Amino acid sequence: MPSFNIFDIAGSGMSAQSVRLNTTASNLANADAVSGDPNSVYRAKHPVFAVAQPGNATPGAVAGASVQVSGIVESNNEPVKRYEPGHPLADAEGYVYAPGVNVVEEMVDMISASRSYQNDVEVMKTARDLMLATLRLGQ
Amino acid sequence: MAIDFDKHLGVLPAALKLQSRRTEVIAANLANADTPNYKARDVDFRAALAQAGAPGSTLRLAGTDARHLGTAGGTAATDDSLKYRTPLAPSLDGNTVDAHLEQASFAENAVRYQSTLTFLNGKFRSLMTAITGQ
Repeated sequence: MPSFNIFDIAGSGMSAQSVRLNTTASNLANADAVSGDPNSVYRAKHPVFAVAQPGNATPGAVAGASVQVSGIVESNNEPVKRYEPGHPLADAEGYVYAPGVNVVEEMVDMISASRSYQNDVEVMKTARDLMLATLRLGQ
Repeated sequence: MAIDFDKHLGVLPAALKLQSRRTEVIAANLANADTPNYKARDVDFRAALAQAGAPGSTLRLAGTDARHLGTAGGTAATDDSLKYRTPLAPSLDGNTVDAHLEQASFAENAVRYQSTLTFLNGKFRSLMTAITGQ
């Protein structure tokens, strides 16, 4: 019978990808959130994935390694400076600062995350089917 | 005449265990499809199954060694048979998972697992026939 580890592994993948989807959604939603101060403008967030090894195992020794989000980093893209003197948030010189979010990049990231999520769902479904078939063995 | 279940089932239990192990490894590959520096792995099925088979011509699982599959000793044997995949197009972040290749392997492995189950079911059916005599 496929061990219950598969559910943990696929589940960790789904959770990691949904964090990625969340950050993408946040980045896209805030892509136009301008600010009058270049230091307080929104910065794109990206999760960093890492292999989750069980505590005492040597790397590579464990068959099924799940994935974990080891942190979320903020992009260091410079904010885009725009001259909009009529904007209520404009600074003294009439500039507003838009986040340096690359919308195309975010969309690609979103598609990649959703595909990976679907993969994990399929893995889980198949593992469940195999386990159920194993339970019916000999009947 | 006593029925030796192990002998009757042959290599199938070992194969089933190995295939379930492989499901796990490929699931890990797919879960880590976007993890930097993750190296895709797979089970060397032929080597692992040969290791599982007992000496001699019959591919019978004999639990005479701690590293044999199916013994309570653990999973050392299966871990030894894990090999890294040769990447066709490794990405810049050091990840060698090819999602399509893994999907194909996963599907193939699932079918193989199910066919092993079918064979096992047949074995059990023939045992039932032998027992009931009908």
